[in-house]
Formats: sequence, C-alpha cells, structure tokens
Amino acid sequence: MSPVAARVVVIKNPQGLHARPAALFVRTANRFGSRVTVSKGRQQASGKSIMEILTLAANAGAKVRVEATGDDAEEAVRVLGDLLEAETGAEAEGGAR
Amino acid sequence: MMTLRGVPAAPGIAIGKAYRFDHEEPLVPRRPITAKQVPEEVRRFRRALELTRDQLQQLQERVGREIGAKQAEIFQAHLLVLEDEVFLEKVLSAIKREKVGVEFLVMEVVKQYLQALAKIDDEYLRERMSDIRDVGRRLLRNLLGIEHTTLRQLPEPVIVVAHDISPSDTASMHGGHVLGFVTDVGGRTSHTAIMAKSLEIPAVVGLEMAMSQIATGDTVIIDGFHGAVFIKPDQATIRRYQRAQVRVREQGRSLNKLRDLPAETVDGHRVTLAANIELADEVASVVSHGAEGVGLYRTEFFYMNRPDLPSEEEHYLAYKKVIEKTGGHPVVIRTLDLGGDKFLSQLEVPREMNPYLGWRAIRFCLARPDIFKTQLRAALRASIHGKMKLMYPMISGLEELQQANQCLDEVKQQLRRKRVPFDEQVEVGAMIEVPSAALSCDLLAPEVQFFSIGTNDLIQYTLAVDRANEKIAYLYEPTHPAVLRMIKQIIETGHQAGIWVGMCGEMAGEPAFALLLLGLGLDEFSVPPALVPEVKRLVRSVTLEQARVIAEQVLGLRTGREIERFLQARLQEVVGAKDTDDIVAGLRA
Repeated sequence: MSPVAARVVVIKNPQGLHARPAALFVRTANRFGSRVTVSKGRQQASGKSIMEILTLAANAGAKVRVEATGDDAEEAVRVLGDLLEAETGAEAEGGAR
Repeated sequence: MMTLRGVPAAPGIAIGKAYRFDHEEPLVPRRPITAKQVPEEVRRFRRALELTRDQLQQLQERVGREIGAKQAEIFQAHLLVLEDEVFLEKVLSAIKREKVGVEFLVMEVVKQYLQALAKIDDEYLRERMSDIRDVGRRLLRNLLGIEHTTLRQLPEPVIVVAHDISPSDTASMHGGHVLGFVTDVGGRTSHTAIMAKSLEIPAVVGLEMAMSQIATGDTVIIDGFHGAVFIKPDQATIRRYQRAQVRVREQGRSLNKLRDLPAETVDGHRVTLAANIELADEVASVVSHGAEGVGLYRTEFFYMNRPDLPSEEEHYLAYKKVIEKTGGHPVVIRTLDLGGDKFLSQLEVPREMNPYLGWRAIRFCLARPDIFKTQLRAALRASIHGKMKLMYPMISGLEELQQANQCLDEVKQQLRRKRVPFDEQVEVGAMIEVPSAALSCDLLAPEVQFFSIGTNDLIQYTLAVDRANEKIAYLYEPTHPAVLRMIKQIIETGHQAGIWVGMCGEMAGEPAFALLLLGLGLDEFSVPPALVPEVKRLVRSVTLEQARVIAEQVLGLRTGREIERFLQARLQEVVGAKDTDDIVAGLRA
C-alpha cells in the first residue's frame, strides 16, 4: 500500500484556484511522484491536470481537500496545502520559471 | 480611453467597432481508422504535441524577450494544457476505443472541457477558456497542417484586431468590410503593411497589446499617420478624429485633380508613374489614382490558400483582365516570387533557417520549370490584349537570368508551333534587388530591356537588416549611402546600356525619396496606387535640374539620417508642407 496523506485547506489567494495560482499548483504537483487529487464538495480533480483543476472553480474562501497517494505523499500535501493557504504565494513564485 | 502606440503601417484614419480576428475553428471530419492504424494515430498525436510545444516555447521566449516576462507567462498556461496528463490520456484512450482520427478526438475533448468551464460564471475562467481554445486550435492546425480563415465575409464594417495577419488574410480584406486593422506583431515593411497601403486600409502594426486590451465591439480609432490606436475613446477624441477624417478626404480630392495630368517636371521631363498591385481587382484603383499602368503586378496570391496549383487559364484570365483595364498602359507582371514571408500552401517547401536567403523567387522557379512555364505561357497569351512586360524577381547573376530567358524562349517556341498568338515584342526585365546583381548589372543589361529596382530586398540585403525585426528596424535606411550609391550605379549602367530603369520598392512612393530618385535619373516609379497622386504632385513641382542638384548634394552627405533630413527639408521647399502634416499637427494639439 502506498502512503496516503490528506489535508483540508481554505483557499486564501484572492484569485482563487484559477489563473496563475492554478498553473502554479499544477506545476508544483507535477514535481511529485505521488498521485494528487483535489476535491471540492463532491467534485474531484487530478492535481496534475490544469483542465480539471480549473473545472473545480475553487474561489478564494473555498474549502478543498488535497490528497496524495505515493511515496512522497506527505511532502506533497504539505507543500501543496501551504500553497493554497498562502495569500500571495502564487504571486511570489509565479514569476520564477 | 486607452492609447496604444505601434508602427504606422498604412496612412489614414478609421473609426469603428473592433472585431477580434482569432482563427476560426477548422472543420474536422470524423475519420474512422482501423485497429492497425491506431499506433500511427498515436504517433501523429505525439508529433503534433511536440510541434505545438516547440511553437509555444518559441513564442514564449520571443514575448519574454521583446515584451516582458509577465506577458510570456500566458504561454506557460498553454504549455500546461499540452502536458495535461488527464487530457492526453482521454485522447489516447479514445483513439483506441473509438478508432477515429485523432484530430476529431482532440476537438471533442477540448469541447468537453470548454463546455464544463462555460457553466461556471467566473471572469478568470473566461481567460483560461481562451487559453485552452487557443491551444486546441493550434494543436488541430498542426494535426491538419492548415491555416486558413477569411476576412472577406464580415457582416458589417469593422476594425480588425489580430495578433498577426498573414498577407493572404490581408488580401481577403479587399472588397470586404474592413475599415482598418491593427496587429500585435509586424513592422512597417512587412508584406502585410505593404498590402494594407495598396488596399488603402489604415493600419497600425507592432502594438504588442492589442489582443489583450481590445474586445470585439469596443469602439476603436486607428490613426495610421502616427501609429496610434485609441480604445474606447472619449467623445472629444472621436470628434477630433471625425474632423480629421473629413480633411483627409478633402485633401484626397484635391490630389485627385492631378489624376489626368502627366507625371512631368516643370521643365518638361516625363517620367512614368505606375502602380503596384497584388490582385486583379486593384486595377480599378490604379486607374482612379491616375497611374500610367502597373509597374509591379505581384502574382503570389494565385498560389495561396488552396490545395492545388493554379491553372494556366486562371493566370491568363486574371492577366487579361488587368491588361485590358489599364487603358493601353503597360502592365509589368512579376513572375512568381515565392519565399521570404510568402509560402505556397500546396508545395512541400521545407522550412529554412534563412528563408530570405533561401530557395525562393527565381531560384524556385528554375527548379520547378513546370510551374514557371505555366505562368509564362499564360502571361504571353495575355500579352495580345494590351501592353504586357515580364520581370524576374531576385536575379543574382547572369546565369540565372539566361536560364530564365531560356525558359521563356522555350515557351515562345511552343506557342509558335501551336500557332497561339502572343506579342513578339514583349519586354523582359530583371529585378535588381540583390547586391550581387546591382554590382554586376552591366553584365545583366544586354539580356533584358529594363531593370526594376526592388528596394525592399535590396536594402535588407545590402544593410543586413531583417525588415520585420522591430528591434533593428531603425537600421533599415533607404537613404544609407551604400544603398544610394548602388541605386545610382544601377540607373547609370542601365542608361549606358540603353535600357530604362524603374523602381517598384516602397522607396519610390515616399515623395522625399522620389525627389532624389528623379535627380538620379530614374525613368519609372511604381508605387502603391494611393501614393500615386502625391508622387505626381512632387514631380510636377520641380525642374529636373533642381532634382539633379539635390541628388548631387545628397551624394556628398555621409549618413542615412542626415540625407533623410536634407531631403525632407528640400521636399518642403518644393511642394510646401504636406496637408497631412497639418492634419497631423492638429491631432497632436
């Protein structure tokens, strides 16, 4: 059984989980080997798919659950959760390529 | 109100509603495949993904370099879509499951996502949707190997806003509802700008931000004199430009009075003032502007936006129309000048590192005599309907010219054998637009009846400046002493050999430069139809002697800028301040 980690976070970034924050989230998720899912209510999206993340339409203030399955699950959930909770994280890291 | 500044590509003022010209959805058929073909479809998909990724990365890099890192980030989102595992998996599994051509599946899957996103009312998502749509289209175009939309069928008069407009799209504006157009890329002498000038559509290019700032339906003013674009202008600005528009029209009418007068200097020296055209339809504006014939009939558009090659009959009918409608004045047909930024859709011309130095124009024609001779046959057949001349583009040396003439002789022989009538006296010319041809034109002169100087390429090749690159556009100087010396030499050599020398480049259409060219002894000026009256006014305002003295003085100056300033000052003395300058000054106030 692969390790599973999960965390519920409230999105703080005023842009919600779209636009650049979504791109940043997906890029960050892609760095991990674990499978990453993000769910909002009954909707679930792959954390590595920009299209699915966008269809979640998670605005600022939305409560989402980040779940990762794999060897680096814990690390993934920590980093991605922090990202969603950061108010300006996307702005700070968005410019770095 | 927001103001954007770009490169003025075609003069004039346009006021109207914006229409964003995004490339339309291509038609994608549902094409069944066999189980055996599945691996090949998967490979096609992967190749298209790779190609699309390369294109986007190049775009991103260029935007990052030329505009800014922030703007370049847009493409990051595009790239993410291409790397989207879920998306890719959906397409790949559908290929295997449904056994349908991948292009249809790409379209379907993209559509599904867009439909899902469309249900969510959110401003940010609208932007993301356009990203996904863009990538989807790009991917589809790469899969289908197409790129074609048209501006001909617009429902109402609009100002077209686009990232870029290909010369063939520009061509499709003709006779349509395009009041003017603005683009994010491009320079003053791009073929798009040249076309806009000849179609008399006000245009500003190189705006960089038009697509991101202008929405369909926004009121927009184009000031094609200054390269300014006003988005959602206030009432005062609209009124100011409406007044200016009226004055531009009045001024046009006063120049029109020159229409039926000859291009003759005060002391009676006649030159030929002809016009450049691209489409047979434009011949009407050649006549209405008082040009004496066509000095450059570009023929590339026969070949564009179609799956097959044009037939001899198509060429013939278009040539016949143009020749008949110029009222006995000559029409100079330039043979196919493929290459550079003009490509043929139906020929698999490999992408080149250096297209302007590559397999183009006469080089291409000599390698494909079948295509070349079809055109030559059509032109010769049309020659009996009036006065037709032929010229070859991009001649770089004697052998090429002789080979081209050899082809022409063979076609003539053929026609004689078949007793097809043509004008035995047809004049043939060489375009002088490569420095090697300019410097050895004494060797070329015995083979032809005229030279036509193509300044756009001659300047670009002589100064080693890519005329479409905004960064170095300032180096593109028609008045550079090296360029002027070459022009002088071409004219003198031509005259010594007893042939006439014309010019069909942009340079001939600038009154200040035309003044110099007149003094250098140029025999024929071929310019966009709209510029004919102004050049005519200049010619009719000076004596040949005056122009000669000015040319003499110019040859003693040392920099392009100095020469340009000098010529502008002389022009002012000769014709007085241009009316457009008044209008322009008024607009600044």
